[in-house]
Amino acid sequence: MIRVVLPFHLRNLARVGEEVELELAGPVTIGVVLDALETRYPVLRGTIRDHDTFKRRPFVRFYACKEDMSLEPPDTPLPEPIVNGTEPFLIIGAMAGG
Amino acid sequence: MSKIRVLVGTKKGAFILTSDGKRQDWQVSGPHFAGWEIYHVKGSAVDPDRIYASQSSGWFGQIVQRSDDGGKTWNTPGSSPEELQGPGGFPKGESNKFAYEGEAGTHKWYDGSQHPWEFKRVWHIEPSLTDPDTAYAGVEDAAIFKTVDGGKTWQELSGLRKAKGNLWQPGAGGMAVHTILLDPKNSNRIYVAISAGGAFRTDDAGKTWKPINRGLKSPFELPDPDAEVGHCVHRIALHPSRPDVLYMQKHWDVMRSDNAGELWTEVSDNLPTDFGFPIDVHAHEPETIYVVPIKSDSEHYPIDGKLRVYRSKTGGNDWEPLTRGLPQKDCYVNVLRDAMAVDLLDPCGIYFGTTGGQVYCSADGGDSWNALVHDLPGVLSVEVQTLK
Repeated sequence: MIRVVLPFHLRNLARVGEEVELELAGPVTIGVVLDALETRYPVLRGTIRDHDTFKRRPFVRFYACKEDMSLEPPDTPLPEPIVNGTEPFLIIGAMAGG
Repeated sequence: MSKIRVLVGTKKGAFILTSDGKRQDWQVSGPHFAGWEIYHVKGSAVDPDRIYASQSSGWFGQIVQRSDDGGKTWNTPGSSPEELQGPGGFPKGESNKFAYEGEAGTHKWYDGSQHPWEFKRVWHIEPSLTDPDTAYAGVEDAAIFKTVDGGKTWQELSGLRKAKGNLWQPGAGGMAVHTILLDPKNSNRIYVAISAGGAFRTDDAGKTWKPINRGLKSPFELPDPDAEVGHCVHRIALHPSRPDVLYMQKHWDVMRSDNAGELWTEVSDNLPTDFGFPIDVHAHEPETIYVVPIKSDSEHYPIDGKLRVYRSKTGGNDWEPLTRGLPQKDCYVNVLRDAMAVDLLDPCGIYFGTTGGQVYCSADGGDSWNALVHDLPGVLSVEVQTLK
């Protein structure tokens, strides 16, 4: 079971709490987690990454085990504590503006 | 008795103001979509409980919301469970997908070079006059999209960008289709306005479009006096009884056309400044129009700190200032292009919202004004529904 923490506005949009849980089979990568998240909550499509190119939106960041994985390719495996649910995968609205 | 519902889009959410036909006591609901920019909220003329909202964020992009109960509850279109699974089980969730048709192409950039078209947000949603499931979306970078399934999916009417789109250029606020006017007497005719592209018209329901900018003069922005496109049109308006007569607030100049935009003539006359954003028409007097003069393109606030709406009862020219109930000192707000609307009651109600978060109403055609709310976030848009 993968735990995913969403930023405030996406929680409200998906009508979920701070954290959602996803059951995944096979290798757990950034792309696999996002695919599963969007399948479960289609309203999030286009809000984290582009509909067609799957390119991450510029002000959205991905953190795992205190590491910024935003610039890693989608097929990057996530660390074991994320895979076994000990630590959550964080999707964050980047600090921007004034 | 009639009821009025005012739909207010702001920089931090949507608000709905309601009153009976006296327009004296107002209830406020909101913020809906708190913290998001709500560029526009508009209800269907066919089914007033059907309301569309454009919700956007610099972080998370575009969302389209829809209410089918007059704004009490909202959903992204197509979000019921049976609608969400596409072929192969892949999620649909495409109500916020605005993909330019074919090769996106390029438009003119600030430095005169060509720049790729990139979708940013929906500025304006215009519901069809005959079908609640059909609506048009004016977007940045400038294009028009259409839905025929209540906002679940959107398709571009790409003929618009073929009207010399390579010569359109963003202004300081971006490059967007911000005005969409549907001709109530000719379902094939639609007008749009673009900053800074100009005004355009289709007579075949959106397949092909032509620039309608003859008579516009923009010497500071467009040195070519015969420039066919590229004008910074801020807003156009029409009265439904006479859709060939158009009124325009351009970057500078207030203009009028009596032939569906084929030729424009200036009607600024005695306005203290002819720069401004909104323009609207009285519900029962097609020759009575309203503007809010703003000092200049460099100083987006009223002259001398006095918020004044100007009214012409002669279809332009011979303007009179309307000040009763409006702040006449130390007022430095702006009124944005989509932030003025009228109701259908008699006497006609005129409404506008400010960047300072006030929404003003005149229940007597502009003679006197009251603030319905004082302290909302900056107002981006105002629409009014007159309910039976």
